[in-house]
Amino acid sequence: MENAIEKHTIAVLVDNEPGVLARVIGLFSGRGYNIESLTVAEVNNADHLSRITLVTSGTRMIIEQIKAQLGRLVPVHRVHDLTDEGPSVERELALVKVAGTGDRRIEALRLADIFKAKVVDATLTSFVFELTGTTEQVDDFVGLMTQLGLVEASRTGVVAMSKGPAAF
Amino acid sequence: MSEQKLTGAQIVIKALKDQGVDIIFGYPGGAVLPIYDALFQQNDLKHVLVRHEQAAVHAAEGYARSTGKVGCVLVTSGPGATNAVTGLLDALCDSIPIVCLSGQVPTHLIGNDAFQEADTTGITRPCTKHNYLVKDVDSLARTLHEAFYVARSGRPGPVLVDIPKDVQFADGSYVPPAEVKHKTYRPQVKAEIARIEEAVELIANAKRPVFYTGGGVINAGPFAAKLLTQFVKTTGYPITSTLMGLGAFPASDNQWLGMVGMHGTYEANLAMYECDVMINIGARFDDRVTGKLSAFSPGSKKIHVDIDPSSINKNVAVDIPIVGDCGAVLEDMLRIWKARAKSPDKAALKEWWGKVEGWRARNCLNYNRTESVIKPQYALERLREALRGKDHYITTEVGQHQMWAAQFLPFDQPNRWMTSGGLGTMGYGLPAAIGAQLAHPDAIVVDVSGEASFLMNMQEIGTAVQYRAPVKIFILNNQYMGMVRQWQELLHGSRYSQSYSEALPDFVKLAEAWGCVGLRATTVAEVDQVIEKMLAVTDRPCIVDIAVDQKENCFPMIPGGKAHNEILFGPDDSPSDATPEDGMVLV
Repeated sequence: MENAIEKHTIAVLVDNEPGVLARVIGLFSGRGYNIESLTVAEVNNADHLSRITLVTSGTRMIIEQIKAQLGRLVPVHRVHDLTDEGPSVERELALVKVAGTGDRRIEALRLADIFKAKVVDATLTSFVFELTGTTEQVDDFVGLMTQLGLVEASRTGVVAMSKGPAAF
Repeated sequence: MSEQKLTGAQIVIKALKDQGVDIIFGYPGGAVLPIYDALFQQNDLKHVLVRHEQAAVHAAEGYARSTGKVGCVLVTSGPGATNAVTGLLDALCDSIPIVCLSGQVPTHLIGNDAFQEADTTGITRPCTKHNYLVKDVDSLARTLHEAFYVARSGRPGPVLVDIPKDVQFADGSYVPPAEVKHKTYRPQVKAEIARIEEAVELIANAKRPVFYTGGGVINAGPFAAKLLTQFVKTTGYPITSTLMGLGAFPASDNQWLGMVGMHGTYEANLAMYECDVMINIGARFDDRVTGKLSAFSPGSKKIHVDIDPSSINKNVAVDIPIVGDCGAVLEDMLRIWKARAKSPDKAALKEWWGKVEGWRARNCLNYNRTESVIKPQYALERLREALRGKDHYITTEVGQHQMWAAQFLPFDQPNRWMTSGGLGTMGYGLPAAIGAQLAHPDAIVVDVSGEASFLMNMQEIGTAVQYRAPVKIFILNNQYMGMVRQWQELLHGSRYSQSYSEALPDFVKLAEAWGCVGLRATTVAEVDQVIEKMLAVTDRPCIVDIAVDQKENCFPMIPGGKAHNEILFGPDDSPSDATPEDGMVLV
């Protein structure tokens, strides 16, 4: 329906210049749009281009507004709605610290193995796991670890790319 | 190396000249002294010293809107820049091309809370179309040329360039405008032909059409206004416009319905409500125009031409969106209309005009003509007659007088009408009038004002006197913030909270204190005499104090949250059931 809330992943290619992230974030806060996650890093060093991947939600009209508003920021090169433009892959990276001993520690390690999480730090009483996956997989893993001594989690937010040979 | 090095300050002057700037409005201060020093050592670029930085931006807006060129502003760091913020946002809301240069503390002090330091690019980011902080003198010229390009291209707007003091002193190389090409910014000027063809078909088959035009036509230049007039004349359809679009189509033409919106005419609003095809060219479905969105023109197919894709489907979903410059689109529309030998449905159009004429016969701008007190509408009617046939420009402040001016002063040409539409900035009119007057020294420039708005930037009388700008300040003095009082009367039980203009000065003496001419009318008979005397003053500003009816309200009015067909005509219409609860919260 027209007023149904949709979740969209949008990729924005911008000039990597001072203030560009502030322009994007200011646009969202100033106009009352949602940001569920936002990642940014330079992707082309020679041309000083950065890629912002953001996940947002709103009605169809709001999503179209968000794209139009992003598009008219002067340092923005391109705006792509990955959700609209066909199949895409989305990944998140998480670092998850779990503390505990005995059975809980063994169970945490077993689950990490199932989720293909890597151990990137270990002490006698703790692990830090590195997990890459979809948002849902990361949610599931963090949810399980909560019951096994989760101390903290740090997540990158979504990065995404369209499937197939076409470039952004 | 053969290339001559210039200081940053010299680069600024050279870049402005190369961009065709002839007047810059500004106010000096510590962080821009090198630029003021460079200004002192040349004669091509005229600097106009304002009395407050907000007024510098409004003056540049008046200059820009009356000439179609980019207005230019120079302010210092800290308070200089923050004072300019209101003007910048005003220009952003009304899409006026401005380049504002601000001084900044030296680069090594940025972030140290230095004297007169402000995060100017941070503060102005949401108030400008774009802004820059220049940290390297070698990128200064390029940045300035880019700023002018961004300000005037696409949907125009204000651009700020923040220049630290050490960059103004440093030696760097200059690049001319021709060598600067923007990396990303390419607004779409030409629209998709298929869409325009679709629109032409819809326009030709309309039974009850209306043109609804806006500031986009003015911004597209006088050529666009000419094309609009041609197209509207070709079709024979009725046309209305927003506050910002007045003058794009001649008000003296019979197809002109007057302004649309909250204080628009009955015939314009009803035509919008009952039309079957709405042709929006360069307007943005602003809340002052649409009223209650769910009841806005419920039975129409809508065409929307706008150079800014974000304006389309923002408030109102449209059937045929066309992204492009109004002038370019109108040119294509006319061409396709002629090539396909289109003609309107004569019978349907005749019936439609019959309806429209019926609404027009309601004579919605009528008011109680009395001899006992000066009605503000009467004063404007007399001003209109006195200005007829004379080369003139009108600016306004914000409030009742602004709406009356829009209703009662006719504009037959674009770029003659300057008012703060989007932001609604009281204090806009006087500095804007100065900017327009300096651009058109021989024309008559009148700031239609209210006494409260005038007080907001009256220090600029000093600027007008200094530069011998003979602006006319036509104050409709009702001793109230009239529009505030009107809303309090209609929506807040006549509780006039803080809207009375207490302790007003004697405006005639005030004028004389500045060496201007001061005039006053307190009776109906005096109005014509005072206007005649005002127009005879050509060597200095003139302040006219017209004591108008204190209780007069501006009608017609569509109260907030109401639809176009729920218009109030005058004080006899009951306001109590006029505004629903959800309308009360609207501004």
